Amino acid sequence: MVIGESKPLAEILEMIKDFKKVVVAGCKGCVTVCNAGGEKEVAILASELRIARKAAGNELETLEYTCERQCDPEYIEPLDDLVKDAEAVVSIACSVGPQYVTARYPFVPVFPGLNTISIGGATEHGVWKEFCQACGSCIIGEFGGLCPITRCAKQLLNGPCGGSSEGICEVGKGSIPCIWQLIYDRLKNLGQLHKMQEVKLYKNWSTSRDGGLRTTIREELKQ
Amino acid sequence: MTAEYTAGSRLEKIFKSGQKAVTGECGPPRGCDVEHFKHKASFLKGNVDAVNVTDNQTAVVRFCSMAAAKILLEMGLEPVMQMVTRDMNRIALQSNVLGASALGIKNLLCLTGDHQSFGDHPQAKNVHDMDSVMLLHTVKTMRDEGKMVSGTEVQGRPKMFLGAAANPFADPAEFRVIRMGKKINAGAQFIQTQCIYNMERFRKFMEMANDMGLTEKCYIMAGITPLKSVGMANYMKKFVPGLDVPDSYITRLKGVPKENVAAEGIKIAVEQIQECLAMKGISGIHLMAIEWEDHVPEIVKAAGLLPRPKVD
Ligand code: SF4
Ligand code: SF4
Repeated sequence: MVIGESKPLAEILEMIKDFKKVVVAGCKGCVTVCNAGGEKEVAILASELRIARKAAGNELETLEYTCERQCDPEYIEPLDDLVKDAEAVVSIACSVGPQYVTARYPFVPVFPGLNTISIGGATEHGVWKEFCQACGSCIIGEFGGLCPITRCAKQLLNGPCGGSSEGICEVGKGSIPCIWQLIYDRLKNLGQLHKMQEVKLYKNWSTSRDGGLRTTIREELKQ
Repeated sequence: MTAEYTAGSRLEKIFKSGQKAVTGECGPPRGCDVEHFKHKASFLKGNVDAVNVTDNQTAVVRFCSMAAAKILLEMGLEPVMQMVTRDMNRIALQSNVLGASALGIKNLLCLTGDHQSFGDHPQAKNVHDMDSVMLLHTVKTMRDEGKMVSGTEVQGRPKMFLGAAANPFADPAEFRVIRMGKKINAGAQFIQTQCIYNMERFRKFMEMANDMGLTEKCYIMAGITPLKSVGMANYMKKFVPGLDVPDSYITRLKGVPKENVAAEGIKIAVEQIQECLAMKGISGIHLMAIEWEDHVPEIVKAAGLLPRPKVD
């Protein structure tokens, strides 16, 4: 899923400093699951913004709504009623959401209240890690089901580099496992260590963002 | 008998003549102070066969390795141009290989490079379109088949003698030789190892390399960095990933009066050089006297490696 993290309050306050009435819009998708942009976080952010603005002697009015999904025009529609009375929108969906909101309201300023961090998942309570960078052509089958593009700091397809020490990556001050050690262990478990000897050649990055904006078309579903 | 050369660099010729080679290293400065760079390099002249010029090592901005290599050529020194894949994509890398070859540079060391989080621009974007293994394959293919990564024909093939690095001390230990083998398969003709301090572990690494037949396919140079001080030894041990400096060396450095520490460091380096040269499969020494270039003549001499061989 998409992992997000709230922006610092001061940054959001700065973005909306010229407005008196804003909509705070959340999303019930991924960002609800990672406790960053769901109904609860919408309520908390709205009240924090009001309190801060009140303390600054410049009161703010907030309207709250959490969409079923913000990456779907149909589910943004219910915002119409709130937006017509407001001067701006703060979206705390992943950064796809605010862009859908922007598309729907051409004359209303829209701001992101959240930083979209990664495509990943929780590894323990309160900890989320990145697993995929959407390169557009998945090759993890060649690497024991683990992604070196995302999880190796140098994106090596022929790792591990000389900085791999006791299973830990040289990058990240000891906090990140060396994915190439994990790939090695995994291939060993699978009896496929010989795969580590293959020289891996060039990745085709044209399916990644390097090829330009990506559009996915499924003809059979198009109307 | 005339040996067949891929690039015909002095380094390649010395290896192929069966003599032990010695390379040094000279890092370009963090500015364009050419005189300082030339001054450092001047200590290497006549004392080593070729000089590595680093490519923004530890991800710190310095003047570029191609310019540094060209300056060495003008000084009558043979460069080993280092190139990292961190900062350039396949377009820029191939372009630089062609440019370097056009300038007369004949030795190329292909690296992935240190991550930018260690350097002076940690907010930089990294590229990593390729890794070191792929870069070796790229240049080999340009040289031997006259083809670029895309298959486009190269008009005027870059004659490069290709090198790579190997760290015998990283993990998983049993894989380090295999990874070196991958680099050799991809195109590496010579290897310069990471600085060696743990001689035991290095000996095992070389035994494996011999067993796998790698030392017959490639010239392996043992990387030696003299320890200048106790502080440096401790720093290497603690902070340089994958480097293990055994306590015995630190004890030795601590055991001599302060004014003799440098001399003791040199003594250790000389012993290491001799020990490495005695190992089966070692074809030379890569002496990385970091900001200590002025001591290179003394070390090479003490190790009995002077005069350097002449080749034509
Ligand atoms: S190979 Fe590409 S698609 Fe597959 S997990 Fe890695 S980044 Fe994602
Ligand atoms: S230590 Fe491992 S994960 Fe980190 S950069 Fe090197 S190979 Fe990649």
